[in-house]
Amino acid sequence: MMLPGMIMTLLIGGLLSWMAARWNAVLSKWIALLAVGADLSLAGYWWFHFRDAASSGSSWFIDFQTGWIPSFGIGFHVAMDGLGLVLLLLTFFLGILAVLCSWQEIKERTGFFYFNLLWTLAGISGVFVAMDLFLFYFFWEVMLVPMFFLISIWGDARRRYAAYKFFIFTQAGGLLMLLAILALYFIHGRQTGTYTFDYFSLLHTSLASSVSRWILSGFLIAFAIKLPAVPFHSWLPDAHSEAPTAGSLLLAGLLLKTGAYGIIRFVLPLFPRESAAIAWWAILAGVIAIVYGALLAFAQTDLKRLIAYTSVSHMGFVLLGIFSFSEIAMQGAVMQILTHGISTGALFVMAGMLKERLHTRDIEQMGGLWTSMPVMGGAALLFTMASLGLPMLGNFIAEFLILLGTFSASVPLAVIASFGLVLSALYSLRMVRKVFLGPADLPLKDLSVRELLILAAMSIGIIALGLYPQPVIDMVRTTVRQLVTR
Amino acid sequence: MLASIAALPFLGFLLLSLAGRRLPRIAIAWIGAGSVSLAAILTVLYGIHFLQSSPDSGVDRWLLWQWFTAGNLSVSVSLSVDALSLVFIFIITFVGALIHIYSTGYMRQDRDYARFFACMNLFVGAMLVLVMADNLVLLYLGWEGVGMCSYLLIGFWYESPANCQAANKAFLVTRIGDTAMLIGLFLVFSALHTLNIPAILEQAPGHFTKGAPNITLIALLLLAGGMGKSAQLPLQTWLPDAMAGPSPVSALIHAATMVTAGVYLIARMHTLFQLAPAAMMITALVGGVTLFMAGCSAMVQTDIKRILAYSTISQIGYMFLALGLGAWSAAIFHFFTHAFFKALLFLAAGAVIEALHHEQDIFRMGGLKARMPLVFYTFLAGAAALAALPFVSAGFYSKDPILWYAWSSRNGNAFLWGLSLAGAFITAFYCTRLMLVVFGGEMKTRVRELPGKAMTIPLATLAVLSVVAGCIEWPHNLLHLSLFSDLIQKVLPAPVLKEQLPAEGIFQLAAVVVTLLGIYTGYLLYHGEKSILVRWQRSPGKVMTRNFLLGGWGFDQLYDTLFVQPFLFITRVNKTDVVDRVYEGLAQVNVKFNRLLSTTQNGSLRWYIAGVLIGILFIITLQLVL
Repeated sequence: MMLPGMIMTLLIGGLLSWMAARWNAVLSKWIALLAVGADLSLAGYWWFHFRDAASSGSSWFIDFQTGWIPSFGIGFHVAMDGLGLVLLLLTFFLGILAVLCSWQEIKERTGFFYFNLLWTLAGISGVFVAMDLFLFYFFWEVMLVPMFFLISIWGDARRRYAAYKFFIFTQAGGLLMLLAILALYFIHGRQTGTYTFDYFSLLHTSLASSVSRWILSGFLIAFAIKLPAVPFHSWLPDAHSEAPTAGSLLLAGLLLKTGAYGIIRFVLPLFPRESAAIAWWAILAGVIAIVYGALLAFAQTDLKRLIAYTSVSHMGFVLLGIFSFSEIAMQGAVMQILTHGISTGALFVMAGMLKERLHTRDIEQMGGLWTSMPVMGGAALLFTMASLGLPMLGNFIAEFLILLGTFSASVPLAVIASFGLVLSALYSLRMVRKVFLGPADLPLKDLSVRELLILAAMSIGIIALGLYPQPVIDMVRTTVRQLVTR
Repeated sequence: MLASIAALPFLGFLLLSLAGRRLPRIAIAWIGAGSVSLAAILTVLYGIHFLQSSPDSGVDRWLLWQWFTAGNLSVSVSLSVDALSLVFIFIITFVGALIHIYSTGYMRQDRDYARFFACMNLFVGAMLVLVMADNLVLLYLGWEGVGMCSYLLIGFWYESPANCQAANKAFLVTRIGDTAMLIGLFLVFSALHTLNIPAILEQAPGHFTKGAPNITLIALLLLAGGMGKSAQLPLQTWLPDAMAGPSPVSALIHAATMVTAGVYLIARMHTLFQLAPAAMMITALVGGVTLFMAGCSAMVQTDIKRILAYSTISQIGYMFLALGLGAWSAAIFHFFTHAFFKALLFLAAGAVIEALHHEQDIFRMGGLKARMPLVFYTFLAGAAALAALPFVSAGFYSKDPILWYAWSSRNGNAFLWGLSLAGAFITAFYCTRLMLVVFGGEMKTRVRELPGKAMTIPLATLAVLSVVAGCIEWPHNLLHLSLFSDLIQKVLPAPVLKEQLPAEGIFQLAAVVVTLLGIYTGYLLYHGEKSILVRWQRSPGKVMTRNFLLGGWGFDQLYDTLFVQPFLFITRVNKTDVVDRVYEGLAQVNVKFNRLLSTTQNGSLRWYIAGVLIGILFIITLQLVL
């Protein structure tokens, strides 16, 4: 009952927060904080509780199942393994920061904002635990709609355009995925006589390769759009740059990760042979994303757009890691999901803080900010260094493992991807120079206590993952091994 | 003890970066300089202990924690010290400590006192990790850490865009080398399934055949990493610009940390290089050509720090030459003495620059001998060592064997020897020029104030070391004293010589004569017969050559047209993302189509009736025809 409870906490918390805002906006914030905080502590508790189970090699920690629409074979089946737990922890960690960083920024319709925020989080956490494909699709949509509202109501000047673009892209992918799920459902039903959406039953569907290729692409395109892989990435810079800070944080930190998660959880186990067949092409797509995203990031003058394109580049590494089919690289992909969530999330948070102060996202109008805000400068430097893959910080571990693993899959592609490290240095240093260095002329207030708290938590996270990533690696080892040895 | 040597600078960094702005200056100075000085003292104590009771294997290990284990890769954070790393640790902490003490005086008026010492401490700490690392991933951590600190310190005065440019350049150019090195690590791992340094050195000879393409490639990739950090051709362009940082930073980069990392890496992985003779030869050639080209550029520079920067590139070139020749201990010995005199020269130059209101042009200095005698004598000691003045300078003892091995080692040949001999002449020449122009003649800029004790004590210490530090290792035909190579050859093999060589004395004599000739030429041009220079300035060919050398052989322009401009062009053209334009087009087509269709819904009854009739007609025709 704990997994459904976790999701219900967010759903009910969201509703309460919405209602509470009628009387008191502050109360609504606190309800939201409390709801996400409760889930974070729950995930934290699980972490310590299941650590021994993870190292002893058991894959599923919690499995909850009950009927939902039995006549169609739809069940409410949620389960959590090491991978799910790690992602849930990230979800609630970033979730609580998203609540905190909207504390001052959102002044209109506060209640409805927190309702959407919490429902997005509920959708995301549902995606990470759903083991029934219909339920998965349901959560997939649950995280989409409130996110649409977050962008279109509290976003920037071009928010409508960005929100529609985000919605159309994701929905197009979602539709393909639905078709693929239904195809799988009917083929499995016809083969075995039991029509079910259950993940573990569908795993044993035997598919003719001609059919499975189509079903695979249905899933893959949906996840590639979310990831995003080039050329499906173009919704991302608009959505990220127009969304409010919390929206950008959730988009970059979590929503993109659902794409990566989908590939790991569904594409590889459901279509092992076909995935192996397209592996080289997928790695190529990853390399293209790394290089193309970096080149675009370098050219941007809009701070949030710049960071958004770095996400394209970094998520390319995830594709590399997943399709290298080596344990090392797959571990790296999981690490990249975590560390990119934190480091890019932090950069977006800081972009939001700058926007609150300067009312612009244009880096040409910034410069010399270090003088008046050295603390924020230090934090920004830390996360840029993380993003360019400096050892000691988490992203290095991720990218190192991915590249090392990819080397066994394809040497030339791994070499090109390695030079992504040079490109990341190029755009990262340009960003720092444009924003924080140079002559100072703007007297600005440095971080407030609340802001400092947010960035300190993220800094500790990224440093801890860089210096001692082993607990995470141990936690997901069983899941990863099963994937690569299949 | 081992761990605390490395931990102290990190501790200093943490304290200063977290609480630095709330601490009084005196506390910052004590923490900043104190942490490194304490590490230096510990190193000396540890060194004595190590030399007296060296562990059986000659290596002292210390496992801190298991960093990460995934698949068949296992990486730990563990430190190890053998004779080679001990030499490096000693230089890093000892010279580092002197530079820190000097900085407490030099930077006393700077606004960002705490930030400066935080970065300096981190720099020392990262370099210590680099030389103590037991595996290549941890080494890479130190390697990148050093790169980041150099970025922070070169751009320390961040308000000037030129400084930021220089900092970015340093980081990016070295990053190219770093990435090559990283690919080298991947190759090593895919061949040997380990990144542990002792394991690699042990297994490599059994796994690779000598001269095979795979090991040559690995060695060359590691060399590329070394070339980036150590500013060797063709990745040397960042170092001359790196003098944008405060002078103590230059001293740290050029002497104790950063640029010597490449030398360390190659020496550390010497087994791999020995398996790849072609890579060894390329290393020697890179060193030889670099030492000559950088030396030529140093001859014509007018900025005092730029002269020193080019001289560093040139001297590191000597070290690379020695590494390529297989004269491992000679390379490390030159690193050892070079650290003293190069730190000294930069610190003394800093004292001069500060005394002259941040004037860096040597032709606007002059006559400082009388006004700043201490700086003059210390500078003289450093310049003499750089020029390798026979017997009375440390540089002589370390450079002489390299010249000898350039001929006599199995990789040696007349070309490399010629380059290194030419380099000796050039070095002696520009040292003389520097001394005469800065300290001789008449005073051109008024001296503001003289350096305080915090600055003069490190200068004096380094000056003494620049004179005497070489005496622990004599050319073996003169005196049998080889303390340094005895120590180093516990780890690194002795050079292999050719057979039937002429007497070593002839080569030494040639080197001495050439050095003295260089000094004489410098004296002649800048003191004796100044008219020659005036005449040269009128010849357009000579002026063009001078400008070419002044700009560092045009590498910056070359890279600008080859890489920078095309890159900027591509990114600028695609700023709005061509892929997005496709989707945009798709949306436009839809909108157009929508407009087209909506024109049919115009509310006019005639249109609708006409439409219905045309439809009916169409269907009837269809039925009649079919």
